Amino acid sequence: MTKVKSLDDLRKMRDAVKSKLDLREKGDKAEKVVQIKVSMATCGIASGAKEIMTYFIEELEHRSIEGVVTQTGCMGYCYAEPTIEVTLPGEDPVVFGFVDTKKASEIIEKYIKKGELVDGIIPASYETIDKEKTK
Amino acid sequence: MKDLSMHIMDIVQNSTRANATLIKIIVNENPGLNMLQIKIIDNGDGMDPEITKQVSNPFFTSRTTRKVGLGIPLLIQNAEQTGGNVSIESDKGKGTIITASFQHRHIDRVPWGDIPGTITLLFSGNPSIDFVYSHHFNNEVFEIDSRIIKKELDGIPINQPAIIKFIKEMIDENLKNIGVDINN
Repeated sequence: MTKVKSLDDLRKMRDAVKSKLDLREKGDKAEKVVQIKVSMATCGIASGAKEIMTYFIEELEHRSIEGVVTQTGCMGYCYAEPTIEVTLPGEDPVVFGFVDTKKASEIIEKYIKKGELVDGIIPASYETIDKEKTK
Repeated sequence: MKDLSMHIMDIVQNSTRANATLIKIIVNENPGLNMLQIKIIDNGDGMDPEITKQVSNPFFTSRTTRKVGLGIPLLIQNAEQTGGNVSIESDKGKGTIITASFQHRHIDRVPWGDIPGTITLLFSGNPSIDFVYSHHFNNEVFEIDSRIIKKELDGIPINQPAIIKFIKEMIDENLKNIGVDINN
């Protein structure tokens, strides 16, 4: 039988990850990293949001960008799925629509790295959704 | 939905929106008995009987961002086309249990899809929620509990890339080990 990964293996790798993390944390604080939320309701999932989420997790790591990728619900832009919301440290969130891996790569290179805006931004009413939630 | 893992991702999203803090995904697979069952149990807000009746209606949704809710209707469609069904039990204030049953070998049963990737994304994409994923295949079982993982991690965030990769490989290897064929 082949050896499969277990909790023991996780324990073994934990310390290596931890020391790497400690080194980084001296420079950065958690709120200073880019935050990406992938819209993952029925509409997003059916349009391939999972692949986009995986892509961001892997590419941020490859391109040595510190970021947190999480899931969120439907933002109401079902026609433009997959959609993502990118929040650069200290900036307002920006929502991008029709994100495929090519667009995702462009967003990382131009918007996340340099702060340049790229095509595909969904303007407008994002704040009103938040307001509705708090009603 | 093209595969079962997409349905899992989708139904779990309902639980996260209902403020669940613990979501259990229990799979029972037995090709010999032609049985495949997915059960999703959450401790979220739950629904009263009126609402529970309505969720299989595609034109019902609790959200305000759009007017249709297709998650459960699509799951029902995929279950029923194999001769299976979906049942929903909900208790206001306690949580919801959704059970989808399929005929395992039915030609219209959609495949698993990327189960390891899906479960891993649930863990990493919702770091503040806990998940138990338990996959029974014939008489074998593989279970992964994010509470145990987080305890082992001892403060390292579960969405660290190295950890995400590890969890994905761990699920993949263990499912293969108990005989699950995720391409089917």
